[in-house]
Amino acid sequence: MGNDPIIVKLKDQFKTGILEVTEKNQKRIIVTINPDSLPNIAGYLYRDAGFRFIIASAIHTKRGFEIHYHFSEDSAGLILNLHVILDRNNPEVESLSNMFNASNWIEREMHELFGINFLNHPNQEKLISEGNWAEGVYPYRKEFKSNSEEKE
Amino acid sequence: MGFKSYCFKKSLWVFHFGGASCNNCDIEILDCLTPRHDLERFGILLVGSIRHADVLLVNGSINHHDKERLIEIYNQAPKPILVVAIGACGCTGGIFADSLTFAGPVDKVIPVDAYIPGCPPKPEAIIAGIVKLVSK
Amino acid sequence: MSRKTLIPIGPYHPLQEEPELFKLYCDGEIVKDIQWVTGYNHRSIEKLSESKTYEQVFFLVERICGICSTSHPFAFANAVEEIVGIEPTDRAKYIRSIIGELERIHSHLLWVGLAGHFLGYNTVFMWAWKYREPVLDLFEMITGNRNSYAMFRVGGVRRDIESDKIAAVRKILADVKSKTDLLTGAVMDDPVIHARLKGVGILTKQDVIDYGAVGPTARASGVAIDVRKDDPYAAYPLVNWKVITAQAGDVFAKAEVRLLEMYESISIIEQCLKGLEKEKEGDIMVKVNEIPEGIGHGRAEAPRGEVFHFVVSDGSNSPARHKIRAPSYVNIATFKKSCVGQTIADATITLAGVDPCYCCTERMAVVYDVRSGEKIMNARELIDRSISRSHDLMEELKKSK
Repeated sequence: MGNDPIIVKLKDQFKTGILEVTEKNQKRIIVTINPDSLPNIAGYLYRDAGFRFIIASAIHTKRGFEIHYHFSEDSAGLILNLHVILDRNNPEVESLSNMFNASNWIEREMHELFGINFLNHPNQEKLISEGNWAEGVYPYRKEFKSNSEEKE
Repeated sequence: MGFKSYCFKKSLWVFHFGGASCNNCDIEILDCLTPRHDLERFGILLVGSIRHADVLLVNGSINHHDKERLIEIYNQAPKPILVVAIGACGCTGGIFADSLTFAGPVDKVIPVDAYIPGCPPKPEAIIAGIVKLVSK
Repeated sequence: MSRKTLIPIGPYHPLQEEPELFKLYCDGEIVKDIQWVTGYNHRSIEKLSESKTYEQVFFLVERICGICSTSHPFAFANAVEEIVGIEPTDRAKYIRSIIGELERIHSHLLWVGLAGHFLGYNTVFMWAWKYREPVLDLFEMITGNRNSYAMFRVGGVRRDIESDKIAAVRKILADVKSKTDLLTGAVMDDPVIHARLKGVGILTKQDVIDYGAVGPTARASGVAIDVRKDDPYAAYPLVNWKVITAQAGDVFAKAEVRLLEMYESISIIEQCLKGLEKEKEGDIMVKVNEIPEGIGHGRAEAPRGEVFHFVVSDGSNSPARHKIRAPSYVNIATFKKSCVGQTIADATITLAGVDPCYCCTERMAVVYDVRSGEKIMNARELIDRSISRSHDLMEELKKSK
């Protein structure tokens, strides 16, 4: 398939970082990675492989706080997601905003809506919450029942 | 002639306040000034400061952040002032009424004299609404 | 010693329709820094989406922004159809593209009008908005509304463009084309507009890549990205058209890209109308019974750039997560680069150059003194400053003749 080269390269360079690869089709790939490997793999995509950062989507699920970092390879129409799962009690991950400016605002927004901490973010201040909700309130977090019969 | 009717006898100066809106209403309001509808020929002007206005047009669903600004603007407005809530969002909050950050609708924040519903209301509807209000 | 001045633009100003507070920190006449206070427009749409059914979400997302009203349902439809694994019929694809391109035309005309106003060319403002009206009439004829068209559904479109309407569309399109010629001539040949827009608000190619900017903002700096070509959808791969780029990265280049794009849009619509004539009338829907579990990425090229929707489905009637990213979200952040170093008089047109849609972003400008933190001018005064600069240039030009 046309996108195997990028997967092969990623697996080659970042063996331990990559946990799972889901190829929906030639143009949609999700790579689940170890959160610690995020800066290196994102850096490879942006600097070496010429990908553009579209945006990041955070979701609060039973597994924890999941973030999909969406990257686009425009000439191929490919969207490649770097998918991380962060600890539900202390969600934090290294900020990408020191590498490129495109993630600056969305990391601030994810911080306000979900309470995820982006380590070393240059200015993790309020973006949209001023006057709209109180400090320490993370409106997009969900309530999950935590009994042991729940499937993970 | 009552004081209020005296104030609104001549051409109206309008101040527009857009809350948390999608802009459709804002653009239809601006459309009223453009050549097809051309409200300026009646002397109706959009002004830059609330202190010069006879009419306050409010559209958009109001979120908490806007609410304070809206109250400030209303307090600064020289009385008497006519307040018109425009669009589904201005009248009732529209599709955003269930939103987390909704703090309106407009008539819960400031007193409203007229409602012009629509999503967005056509310029003809806006004009008809204002004319009806002023002729009351 | 130079005084640094604070100039407020917004948050509520008659011609800046949406509220967003920009703080321009100035040293004398030069902008040194720009910061913003947003939150005035936040409506928690992503959260609201989770409590609506998929069909209801279309009505919700088309009200994210009145000007990009079609682009959001377009991207959302692409995302959900990716989850289901279907494509609409060819007839539906043509109709979707026609609506999308008509929107591009009316949006660019709107922008030309606003830019004209900021420069003091009120006639351009009035003309551009007057010539927009026939396009809105077309929308009303086809969809029933001038804005917010409710045309999209999962698997196709809600209304057909019947053969008796096609002639009317062609007629109005011919009229739009001749008016576009008029406006393009007026803008591209005017020496004062050249003086006001060339070299102003430059965004370099590297900045575009760093901020992930999209749309005409990126294309005017030589970055040839356009979702319609890169990740084709609807009828775009079925017709011939080209991506318009410019190299200079200034506001003039952005204006040029938008004006020339209008011609491409007209051509796309004409080809789509021919395509419609070949397809069976009424064949506008692929039936979808349920949305299975899965993930979908949908994008569309709005007038301002790439709109991106990410939808996670858990098999129920509502999205489990719906992430929306409008183009202005990434484009507005580029002001840090394009505005800094400009004069106050050029600040307004630089801000307008990106065609910012704050309601898409969530999201008006104030100028502050870098040292004292004092407010010096308000929004009206800032725009007046820009307008008087144009008048000064016109005077200079007359004298030099």
